[in-house]
Amino acid sequence: MIKKLAHSVALATAMAFAWTGCPHKPYDVTAIPPPRSAITDYNPNTIPSPPPVQYSQPVTEQPVMEKPFTMSDWAPVPGALDAETIHFSFDSAVIRDSERTKLQAVAAALSSDKIANVMIEGNCDERGTEEYNRSLGERRAEAAREALVSLGVDENRIHTTSYGKDKPVDPGHDAAAWSHNRRDDFVLLHPKTGA
Amino acid sequence: MAAYSVFTIPRFRPLCVSFLLLCFALAASAQDHTIGIKPTIQIGLTPPTPISIEGLSGEALSVLEFDLYVQGFIVVPSSQAQYHISGRDDGNIVGRLSGSGPNDFSRSYTGAAIRREAHAFSDDVVQAVRGERGIGQTKIAFKSEQAGGTGEIYVSDFDGHNAQAVTADNAIVAAPAWVPGRLALFYTSYKLGNPDIFYSDLSTGQRRVFAAYGGLNTSAAVSPRGDKVAMVLSRSGDPNIWVCNTDGSGLRQLTHTHADDSCPCWSPDGRWICYATKIHSRRRLAKIPAEGGEPEALPTDGAPDPTEPDWSPDGKWIAFCSQSGDYFNICVMSADGGSEPIVLVSGEHPSWAPNSRTLVYNDLIHYHPVLSVLDVFTKQHKNAHNVAGEDSEPAWEK
Repeated sequence: MIKKLAHSVALATAMAFAWTGCPHKPYDVTAIPPPRSAITDYNPNTIPSPPPVQYSQPVTEQPVMEKPFTMSDWAPVPGALDAETIHFSFDSAVIRDSERTKLQAVAAALSSDKIANVMIEGNCDERGTEEYNRSLGERRAEAAREALVSLGVDENRIHTTSYGKDKPVDPGHDAAAWSHNRRDDFVLLHPKTGA
Repeated sequence: MAAYSVFTIPRFRPLCVSFLLLCFALAASAQDHTIGIKPTIQIGLTPPTPISIEGLSGEALSVLEFDLYVQGFIVVPSSQAQYHISGRDDGNIVGRLSGSGPNDFSRSYTGAAIRREAHAFSDDVVQAVRGERGIGQTKIAFKSEQAGGTGEIYVSDFDGHNAQAVTADNAIVAAPAWVPGRLALFYTSYKLGNPDIFYSDLSTGQRRVFAAYGGLNTSAAVSPRGDKVAMVLSRSGDPNIWVCNTDGSGLRQLTHTHADDSCPCWSPDGRWICYATKIHSRRRLAKIPAEGGEPEALPTDGAPDPTEPDWSPDGKWIAFCSQSGDYFNICVMSADGGSEPIVLVSGEHPSWAPNSRTLVYNDLIHYHPVLSVLDVFTKQHKNAHNVAGEDSEPAWEK
């Protein structure tokens, strides 16, 4: 209220002055300094070289956090489970009912081959972002792992990995290609002799 | 009435004019005080700062133009400029800035390649004009991939020049992340047949495997004080966010969703981790206390399917990308959730510069990633120099 009153008084006073006009005295002229003609602030500035970036050396030390499964102890049996690749809907890790027979075939292969393990490789189509797809691919592999466990496979014989969108089987950029790439591949593993 | 009678005396007229101005000032301040208007920088809508450049050419000029453009300046003719750069570059650079009043300078730059000298000059310009450190001499890390999916991790100048490979794995690599204040990186590599997290000291070349559990080990993110690492592990049977100390001790599971969590990033005060997740099967961003606790979904209405968050160093903003058809757009929201996210330009994987206004990210041109740099306030953006290959997942040094 008081602010409004002050505002009104100020405005009224201002209007009164504006109506009476400004005084007719000439303004002071401020002298503008002349432009600089020479470099007055000369500062030699030697830049230190950045530290060199080295190529990585081969890994020799033990991992900081230990790993229970070492891929190099196992050899893939090429093509053994190629026919059992299962596919997924966009942005989903849900195993479709139509894919269940393939999981049964994988479980049967492990049941008849007692020394074998299986690596489930989860993959995505190219449309997601890279790290999101890496996690989604892993979730797809885990979904198949859970399904195999429910079919009676020992969980210690099942391993997962994700390639995100980095290993498409179909290089196309259309819906058909993408549907081929949203998949879990199964790789039958035998222990390397001497492992 | 008293004011009017005073005014009729000519001697008092200047005093009256002063009084008039004072009244205007009081009226104006009374208005502001009532409404409480504060000037704010608008994401994507801020006009660029006009600056002119004379006397420089070739690489010196192109470096200066690029550096200033992605920090929110625009080069204009001298008559329209607020600040004026002049100089010469015959082997070394001599550079001068005027228009900033007491911060005007004339300097000569020696002892380095012309690009480095020009970056140092652009940093001095930003310092003089804004009182802030420029980003001209900072570095980024990124992955560069060949056809077939294998690639290497690279480190380069922030504009993509002078790129050097820091791995020789010839394997799928991903997700480089800097250790704050140090020339050291965490990153993911399939060198050992599985996605594992490696740590590399770039000044010695020494590296070691950091996390190599069965399943997924990826998306390492180092805490602002450099004492902890957040990462995605699938040890629990799902990809979740885990945290441990940088020596690997104290490993604990932070998120427990039966979904796919990804892309952890730290708040600059170290108290929160923001990440991408699914809530009721919908893609969302969430944040969770770094010491453990309940996650909170972030309000990202208007930016569907958000992913790949990064928290600005000044704590104010979260950049992320949001799906639009088959592609993604870079978006910025206020970290406190106080306003809706602003959609900026097409791209993925934003990473903040130390100045909390410039982002490096990768655009996608016909499904091929290209590194690019964006000033979020002016929305000015330009492609960086790219290694031959497909460059993506950039991370700005911290």
